[in-house]
Amino acid sequence: MPDKPDRNAIEVVNVSKIFGSGEGQVAALDTVSVSIRENEFFTLLGPSGCGKTTLLRLIAGFDFPTAGEILLYGQDIAPLPPFKRPVNTVFQSYALFPHMTVADNIGFGLEMLGKPKAEIKARVAEMLKLVKMEALAGRRTSQISGGQQQRVALARALAPQPKVLLLDEPLSALDYKLRKEMQIELKRLQHETGITFIFVTHDQEEALTMSDRIAVMSSGKILQVGSPWDIYDKPAERFVADFIGETNFLTAAISGIGNGKARATLKSGTTIEATVAEGFQPKDNATVVVRPEHAKLTNSKGDLSGTVENVVYFGTDTHIHVQLDSGEDFTVRQQNTRSAGCGFERGDKVGILIGNDAAQVLKD
Amino acid sequence: MATAEEVAKAAERRDVRDRWLLSAPALLVIFLAATGPLLIVLVYSFLTPGSYGDVKWQFSPEAWIAVFLERDIFDDTLSVAAAHVTIFLRSIKLSVVTTIATLALGFPTAYFMATRSEKTRDLWLFLITIPFWTNLLIRTFAVLQIIRNEGIINTILLKLGIISAPIQILYTDTAILIGMAYVYLPLMVLPIYASMEKLDFRLVEAGYDLYATRFQVLRRIIFPMVKPGVIAGSILVFIPALGAYVTPSVLGGGKNMMLSNLIELQFGQGRNWPLGSALSIAVMIIVMVALLAYVRNAGKSGVRHG
Repeated sequence: MPDKPDRNAIEVVNVSKIFGSGEGQVAALDTVSVSIRENEFFTLLGPSGCGKTTLLRLIAGFDFPTAGEILLYGQDIAPLPPFKRPVNTVFQSYALFPHMTVADNIGFGLEMLGKPKAEIKARVAEMLKLVKMEALAGRRTSQISGGQQQRVALARALAPQPKVLLLDEPLSALDYKLRKEMQIELKRLQHETGITFIFVTHDQEEALTMSDRIAVMSSGKILQVGSPWDIYDKPAERFVADFIGETNFLTAAISGIGNGKARATLKSGTTIEATVAEGFQPKDNATVVVRPEHAKLTNSKGDLSGTVENVVYFGTDTHIHVQLDSGEDFTVRQQNTRSAGCGFERGDKVGILIGNDAAQVLKD
Repeated sequence: MATAEEVAKAAERRDVRDRWLLSAPALLVIFLAATGPLLIVLVYSFLTPGSYGDVKWQFSPEAWIAVFLERDIFDDTLSVAAAHVTIFLRSIKLSVVTTIATLALGFPTAYFMATRSEKTRDLWLFLITIPFWTNLLIRTFAVLQIIRNEGIINTILLKLGIISAPIQILYTDTAILIGMAYVYLPLMVLPIYASMEKLDFRLVEAGYDLYATRFQVLRRIIFPMVKPGVIAGSILVFIPALGAYVTPSVLGGGKNMMLSNLIELQFGQGRNWPLGSALSIAVMIIVMVALLAYVRNAGKSGVRHG
């Protein structure tokens, strides 16, 4: 990955957005601050209703913040109407103009900017080539498939060369295969155009595979911002750990905190080493998370012990659900091989080994 | 045993038959109440007028000649019937201006209604239909009360000292125009609202996002999308405006005749039923030609839905 320059494309400073008034008041965003770097693929990830689309709409200018500032390269754009912001959007529904051709759709933004005809024509041709839609330039948008509409929507938003491209769950309407294809396509486009992408999704897998950095949102707040690796392996809060991937939650007593690490004494009495989330306040019972693939089942005594409850075959791997002697649940993910089964059956007494550097202490 | 194909064909035949049966009462009423009388009017237009109204059953093209031409009483030479032409032109002009005025007023109204929340939309729709509860004549007299010399507008302007003498609005073309625009406004608002309600407002947002100003969004996105509604509204206003009778009689004072007044005159004082019939058919033809031209023109760049 190339080094990202430190310049911020977008800075969101203490932004709140409140819908409705009086009793029915809802805070869609609650004092949110985040900086998005130039030229990065930044993802807002969260369940529906978490405020991610609201934040995107504030950046686009379709709504205005109740409080706070939105800076684009240092300039406050929060009070500007959308047509005065050098920012373009790819809509979830694509929102292509049905009364125009593919080429007219792509050229619309440039036309509105008052660019000369020849320049528009050249740029539209370039965009059509970029999204591989040259053959369908003259079609109406109702005459092309969903995947093609998606490409046109992208080309239309990229044509005016915005400083930031906003993408509102653009892949959610596509089927699985096409979605995978478009994920790669989007990364390629971002790389080729060098434009800052802000991508909204509720699909954690999509977020992990595509993003340079992810902001996980819930109930109008940003819980954690970091690289996919940070978010997955070092979740700060229970919500983040739970929302992204599968994970095991264990209660533990924490001691010897220092240098971002600590010793966690599990209910089984075993003490393991764990990394500690930033902002962790020492307390009696903290939560420790361990990803299912970072633990191993054994027939002998491990760090934890329990009884196999269920074995679920997934093709690439097998999930083995274990009821721990402490009463907690624990899932282990084991890579499959062709020759043998997973080696464990329902009712087996097993031990669980937690690898080095596999545990993370949450701050809540 | 019948094959699936035969069964399907039989079902389709049944379906077609049922459709005809179901629409038969309506078709019968349409024939008896509209097509039948229209044929009578057409026949009458080729007959000779009776001395006390009615017609003599004797073929004559005279009525059709008299629609636009005048026969000199002494030497039988034909010249253009200036009075008729004036009335035709005034009617068309007033109808066109009425259509434009209702469009100018109705389009923003429909936009306003369509952009309200779903609940309040129904309320606005309900409010728009309220004028239909009152008789047309009464509504027209209400307009008369507002615009007459001692009416609300003139009284207020006089009291405020903005004018020193009342403005003569009543019994002018302006009065007819105001009355017709008021009466036909809902007929413009409703079809535009119907199109506007279906408009995906995310397209409007997309327009703003792509640097279109409010006016450009209106012209390039909203207007083309609601064009079918605009066309329907224009037709719904233009046709009855061209044939308006009550409004021009009351507000125009019978001085500024429109086509319907002219036609009425032939069946009443004029005692020339064939001419009245010929004029009626002539108006119908004008409307049909105008509509065909309008729809064809507007449809060229219109939106194809689906």
